[in-house]
This record gives sequence, C-alpha cells and structure tokens, in this order.
Amino acid sequence: MKQLKIFSVPYLVWMLVFILVPLIMVAYFAFRTADGQWTIQNISDVGQYANIFVRSIWLALLATVICLVVAYPLAYALSRMEKHKQSTMLLIVMLPMWMNFLLRTYAWMTLLGNNGIINNLLGMIGLGPYKLINTSGAVVLGMVYNYLPFMILPLYSVMEKIDKSVIEAASDLGCNSRRVITRVVVPLSLPGITSGITMVFVPAISTFIISRMLGGGSNLLIGDLIEMQFLGNSYNPHLGAAISLVLMVIILLIMTVMNQFSPDDQVLI
Amino acid sequence: MDNIVSLKNIVVEFEDGEQILKNISLDIKDKEFVTFLGPSGCGKTTTLRIIAGFLEPTSGDVMFEGKRINDLPPHKRNVNTVFQRYALFPHLNVYENIAFGLRVKNVPEKEILKRVGEMLELVNLKGFEKRSVNRLSGGQQQRVAIARALVNHPKVLLLDEPLGALDLKLRKEMQTELRKIQQALELTFVYVTHDQEEALTMSDTVVVMNNGVIQQVGSPTDIYNEPVNAFVADFIGESNIINGCMPQDCVVEFTGKRFECVDKGFAPNETVDVVIRPEDVKVIPAEKAKLTGIVESVVFKGVHYEMVVDGVDHKWMIHSTKAEPVGAMIGMDFDPFDIHIMKKSEEG
Ligand SMILES: Nc1ncnc2c1ncn2[C@@H]1O[C@H](COP(=O)(O)OP(=O)(O)O)[C@@H](O)[C@H]1O
Ligand SMILES: [Mg+2]
Repeated sequence: MKQLKIFSVPYLVWMLVFILVPLIMVAYFAFRTADGQWTIQNISDVGQYANIFVRSIWLALLATVICLVVAYPLAYALSRMEKHKQSTMLLIVMLPMWMNFLLRTYAWMTLLGNNGIINNLLGMIGLGPYKLINTSGAVVLGMVYNYLPFMILPLYSVMEKIDKSVIEAASDLGCNSRRVITRVVVPLSLPGITSGITMVFVPAISTFIISRMLGGGSNLLIGDLIEMQFLGNSYNPHLGAAISLVLMVIILLIMTVMNQFSPDDQVLI
Repeated sequence: MDNIVSLKNIVVEFEDGEQILKNISLDIKDKEFVTFLGPSGCGKTTTLRIIAGFLEPTSGDVMFEGKRINDLPPHKRNVNTVFQRYALFPHLNVYENIAFGLRVKNVPEKEILKRVGEMLELVNLKGFEKRSVNRLSGGQQQRVAIARALVNHPKVLLLDEPLGALDLKLRKEMQTELRKIQQALELTFVYVTHDQEEALTMSDTVVVMNNGVIQQVGSPTDIYNEPVNAFVADFIGESNIINGCMPQDCVVEFTGKRFECVDKGFAPNETVDVVIRPEDVKVIPAEKAKLTGIVESVVFKGVHYEMVVDGVDHKWMIHSTKAEPVGAMIGMDFDPFDIHIMKKSEEG
C-alpha cells in the first residue's frame, strides 16, 4: 500500500498543478472585475451570447449524432471481422488522424471553396456552383471528419469484447439481424456509445478552429467567443472566464444526463 | 419413427481449403437422443453449427422434416442450441435470459410468465429470477442456458458439450437430469461430447467421428461390443489392439498363435486389427496357456485391478478382480466371441 501511495504522488501533483489550479483560476477570474472587485456581472453578461450557445450546442449535437450513425455500423462490422483483418482495417480508419489537424481542415477549405474541387467537378456536369464553404453545414462536416475516430474507437473496443456466440444465441432464439442489433448489440455496447458521445461532443462544442476555417464569420461558436476574449480585439479575460465556466457547467449537465443511460452494472432490469 | 434431421453428403471446407467435414451423411430420428462422440477438433461443433444454420456447408444438403433448409437462416429454424460456453446474455437477468426467445416472438406477457416459471422449476432455479447471470455458478449458468433453449419448445435441441465445464459429481447429476428432460418432453436431442462414458450412458444412438468422417453409427451397446474399426475400439474404452491375420474363416492368428473367433468373410491371410477388451482377457495358469506373459504392474482401480502384462510381441492390458503378483508368469486366454476382428483402417 505504501508503495502505491508513493507512485501516485506524481499524478496527484499533476492533477493539482494542471487541473485544479487552472480550474480555480477560471472560477476566480469569472467572479472578479478588471479593478479587483467581486461581481456576478460577468456571469450575467454571458446571457447576451445565448444565441451562440444555442448554435454551438446544436451544431455539436448534430455532429455527434452523425458521428454515431456513421460510426456504429462501421465499428460493428469491424468488430465482427476476423482478428487479423480487424487490425488492418482499424489502421485505415485511423489513418487520417496521423495527419495534422490544421492540415486536414485546410484540405477541406480547398475542397469546399467556391472555386474548390467539388464545385469544379459539379461545374463540369453543369451544376452549381453551390455555396459550400462558410456554412454551418461545412462546420458540422469538419467536426464529423475530425472527431469520427473518437466515436469509432470506444464503440469498437466495447463491441470487440462481445462474444460471437452471444450474437449467435440471439439469432438462434429467433432474432433477425435487425433484432440482434437492437436487443443484444446495442444494450451491450451502451458504455461505448456514452463514451463515444462524450469524446465527440465535448471537443465539438468547444472548437474554434473548425468554425473559423470552414464557417467563415457568420458561424461563430462558443470556442471563438472565448478565444476573442483572451486573444482577440474585444480583450476581456473576465468575461472569457465566465463563458468558459458556463460552458463547463452545461457540459457537466449534459454528461450527467448521458450517464443516466449508461448502466453502471450490466443489469438493466 | 420418421427422420427429423437428415444430413446428406455434407462437406465443409474453410478458406485455407482444408476439409473439416468430409462427406457426412446421417439420419436423426424424431424423439431420439443422438450423441456425436469424437476427439477434440474432429468436427463435432461444426456439424452442430450446420444443423443450427450458423454455417453453410460447402456442399451437401441439410434436411428438416423432409424439407431442404440449407438457405433457411438460424432464426427461422425450429431448432435451439445450448452453446459450448453457454453464451448467456450478460445484460439480462435469469428471468429475462429465459424469456428472450418468447419476447422476440411477441408471446403475451402472461404466457411468458407461465412458461418461464415452468422452465425455472424444470431446471431447479426457482427464486433466481432476478439474479444477474454473471453471479451464477457454472452449473447454474448451464441450467439457465438449457432453460433458455427449451422454453421455445424446439423440435430439436442441440447441445454442444454442455457439461464440459462442470465437476465430475455435478456432471453425473446433470447427465441423468438431461436424459429425464429429454424423455419427459419427448424431444430430439443432438448432443456433442468427447467423453465416451457420457455418450454411452445417455444416448439412444452414438455417432463416432474422427477427422471429419463418421466412423460408426449405432446404439451404445453396438458401439461398445462391435466396434467397426480400431479407432472406435480404442476411443470407446481401452482396448488391446494387435496386428493379426485371418488364415481362414473363424480362425485368427496373432503373436504367432492361432485362436478361434466368430468373424468371417475376410480374404485368405488378410492382415487385420485384432481388438480385445481388457476385461475379456482371462487369466489362466501359464502351463495350460498358448499365450504367456510376465506381470509388469498392478494398479487397483476401485472395482478391478488393472494389470500390464508383457507378452512376447504385445503389452497386454488386463482388467481382473484378482491381482497377480508383479513378476509372475501368467497365461492368457479368450472366448471366441470376445475376439473382435477389424479391417485395417486406412489411416493406420
Ligand atoms: N472458422 C474456422 N476457420 C477455419 N478452421 C476452423 C474454423 N472453425 C473450426 N475450424 C477447424 O475445424 C476443425 C473442427 O472444429 P470443431 O468442429 O470445433 O471440432 P470439435 O467441436 O469436434 O472439437 C478444427 O480443426 C478447427 O480448427
Ligand atoms: Mg467443439
């Protein structure tokens, strides 16, 4: 036991310095004015950005749902392949992640641009040009593209542990392939679903690069708003801290609701 | 009695081109307890998977009540399986595991309650309804697996080494229990085991398999008393298997001596396998015997002594209720009908 305690010291120090202290600083800044008074003005000022909050939550939710819908069948198919094929396929799925995040998003800028590859191709068959870039659709696309692997991985790692004979037992007992999914695979992969949703939703709701590069000026998200308070021309770290704090509370609430659906012990009934 | 399941010239080949089942043909009668018996890896599970529909044969036909069902998916077959490692649903409790098949078929809640109740009674698990299946012992999980399959009233129940993970005492109890259930519900059981004793005690018909080939089909008594080749003889209990030849009908020569036997129809001087059960070797005084040997070891086995006797060309395994001293010279003799003559099997 003593040994274990010694080994946990670096981690505790890490937690203190890089997690707890910044958290306290954010909270502290959020409740102070520029001239050092306690205030709740910053928090109530956040209200005027309600529309940006709504848009961020909406786009992040949309991206998360799309990720789930795309990743679920993919992860399932992957988990049912023969073992040696699984690792190869997983590598292919993960390949985009090896490229720099900015580079990936830049690539989409050139693809979606008004004179971009997609519009050029469409032009050849007499369609368009369509406005693709600088739309909320482009932002969602960027989120889905960048965060999809974060949905696939937790789903795959849970599904891969589902015994093949349990799936066979379900079809033996009268389930067609759709019912095998709804009655056995989904309940058994719930932990993967919740952690996948968390891992996509949290970065998606707080992103600022994707919305900046693909959304133009008209699709400002919370992330952009916060960044502007610290680095932009509307410099106001106190408001920025307040927005961050509110965002954290919102994420916390959503995650709490999510976890209600996740069984802590596999028994649902 | 009609055939309920028929396998016709079933061949199974996996990707690497290896044949796992080599032309299996078998008729299974209604209400029969059939056991596939064979060493691990001989293709027993594969055969069950063909009947259940999890695997399509490379060639050959699977018939159910006279109709070809090769293309029928598992969920449409009137067959249920008890899997080798139970494969219970970990997210459901005991009650819901058993009710699973009925829920899928939209059976009314009242009837589900009644039928699951009957099953819980049958497998002795009353009071465990709400228990998570992860918190059951191996024997209890196994009984849930049986109940989960039986509750659907399948015509045929497939059981893949269902007692493999249980300790000896529990296994014996469950063997009797399963046999009782099969007879009470008048079902067809297709049972898989690698334990010859289990096969002989439970079954109406035993199918002995080796290397993807059916070696022999018969009643337990037939299989034990009249094994068709040396493999079956060896696999069903221990045997003395000696090289011999048939100079003429009803006479066999081995270890240089001639003995009277009851088999005929071999070519003159055809070489054969001679199979003699350890309990069929009679110990007689050495001076009266054609065949003698030195007792090498004696082990007490509870009911009998197991002796190894060194003859000239063969070490004999003998079961006897009377022990002989180690090092003594004894004589051996056989009744004609205890000498089993078998054609040499191709695999040697
Ligand atoms: N999916 C598969 N691909 C390739 N070989 C397999 C596959 N499934 C089983 N086998 C092989 O088929 C043979 C028979 O397996 P099985 O029917 O499970 O034997 P048993 O149940 O009699 O022990 C084994 O040698 C096994 O390795
Ligand atoms: Mg097997």
